[in-house]
Amino acid sequence: MNLTAIASIYRFEMARFFRTLVQGFVSPVISTSLYFVVFGAAIGSRIDQVEGVSYGAFIVPGLIMLSVITQAISNASFGIYFPKFIGTIYELLSAPVNFLEIVIGYVGAAATKALFIGLVILGTASLFVDVTILHPGAMLAFLVLTCISFALMGFIIGIWASNFEQLQLVPLLVVTPLIFLGGAFYSISMLPPAWQTVALFNPVVYLISGFRWSFYGLADVPVGVSLLAIAAFTALCLAFIWWIFRTGWRIRS
Amino acid sequence: MAMVEIRGLRKTYDSGFEALKGADLQIEEGEILALLGPNGAGKTTLISAVCGITMPSGGSIRVGGHDVVRDWRAARDLVGLVPQEISLEPFEKVANTVRFSRGLFGKGRDDAMIERILRRLSLWDKRDSPIRALSGGMKRRVLIAKALSHEPRVLFLDEPTAGVDVELRRDMWDIVRDLKRDGVTIILTTHYIEEAEAIADRIGVIDKGRILLVEGKDNLMRRMGRKELRIELAAPLEAIPEALHGHDLTLEEGGNVLVYGYDSTAERTGIGRLMAAVAGAGLVVRDVATRQDSLEDIFVGLVARQEDAA
Repeated sequence: MNLTAIASIYRFEMARFFRTLVQGFVSPVISTSLYFVVFGAAIGSRIDQVEGVSYGAFIVPGLIMLSVITQAISNASFGIYFPKFIGTIYELLSAPVNFLEIVIGYVGAAATKALFIGLVILGTASLFVDVTILHPGAMLAFLVLTCISFALMGFIIGIWASNFEQLQLVPLLVVTPLIFLGGAFYSISMLPPAWQTVALFNPVVYLISGFRWSFYGLADVPVGVSLLAIAAFTALCLAFIWWIFRTGWRIRS
Repeated sequence: MAMVEIRGLRKTYDSGFEALKGADLQIEEGEILALLGPNGAGKTTLISAVCGITMPSGGSIRVGGHDVVRDWRAARDLVGLVPQEISLEPFEKVANTVRFSRGLFGKGRDDAMIERILRRLSLWDKRDSPIRALSGGMKRRVLIAKALSHEPRVLFLDEPTAGVDVELRRDMWDIVRDLKRDGVTIILTTHYIEEAEAIADRIGVIDKGRILLVEGKDNLMRRMGRKELRIELAAPLEAIPEALHGHDLTLEEGGNVLVYGYDSTAERTGIGRLMAAVAGAGLVVRDVATRQDSLEDIFVGLVARQEDAA
């Protein structure tokens, strides 16, 4: 294992993050505040409680997931797409590093950034509403796993994309709808029965449900199933990346 | 032992284009080999295959005795690459990007070493500048610094002086000679023949995916370097006089110049005999000049001959 290489990639990517630290933190803080103004104050005041939790507090886990998933994907996809775009990927391909080392470096850095932002949003949210965390350990575990698995997905998108439009395509067309329909702002039980069944095919439902359970002990699906779902998603992404590096798909001619 | 050993290397791209059609090449430790060829000859593909950027379709490559596919880590440890395109992170600082390259190759941080490299390449003053603030020539130096940062034993320079001014080019040649003194094996591709003439020990000519020849530079120039004796006459001739038919002559420039081709390294060049015959035929000579083929002439001749054969 080329640990020095992993550390170098990780540091190099984090340096990019620190160069743009202000944008990195300010934009999620502002967008979270906007969500609270719109959903928490304007709409939330007309909704009493969801399953015994005030609506403002109920949407906190979903909001964090929304940002963390988008950030993990965009950081990781940009992180690997950019070297492809400007040509510096030649160095990665000619260095004595294997796919696992490259992935750990890039995905690790992207997941770290997403985790930071998730924690910043949690902090911002607690300024607006009373947030209780019943299972802090499980909360962190869900957060970290989500960061990693979606950073892996972002890495795949970054390798697949051959222009900046494609880089935006999957997050915009697939991920954002899945998150919004994944119960970020409501409980699945509030849907008509037929749509509840449809919702169960959305992988994000399991993530948000498990994450919300760690806050309030409320879950749409059993926690074990949530964990299984996120583990399966991570494994799927890893398998796909392994295949990419084996075949050189979109990176080695 | 050969430092780089390429056997029967083939590469066919997905588009069906055959960039390499069974290239064989051996590069000895510590030499400078210039790979000469027109655009699209397969130079960059060959380098990419050795460095692990392109997957070969067939054949084998060994670097320092390590197969680049089976024993890729050991092989890549030895190889540094300076690519043809200037590919650098625009917002990163010079020293950071060079340090990154060293780390990527698994070597521990060594600031003294990085300083030495940056000073040698006149980049030390720019170490904290973002790369986008550098001139094109400086960026090329950064690429070299990155490749040297992990102390490679074999260095590939893909068109290192393309689009570089004369001064920087000479500077680059000095750096290459310095590296050779340190025992680094250097392979550079170029289509500037003067470049190969100036610094290479051996020259390989590649065209249409095949290595046409590899030979010591001096040898090559001597062996293939035809010399010409040009005899300018006082009065033009209609045809070569019968008395001179025994000599290998051609008539040029409207009959004003007799051209005699000979091998300057041969024991007998035949010049004395020819001059006597010219005088004997009653021709008045106005001037005499000799001219030797440059590497460029040799190269153009080789490529043209291959085209004729095809």
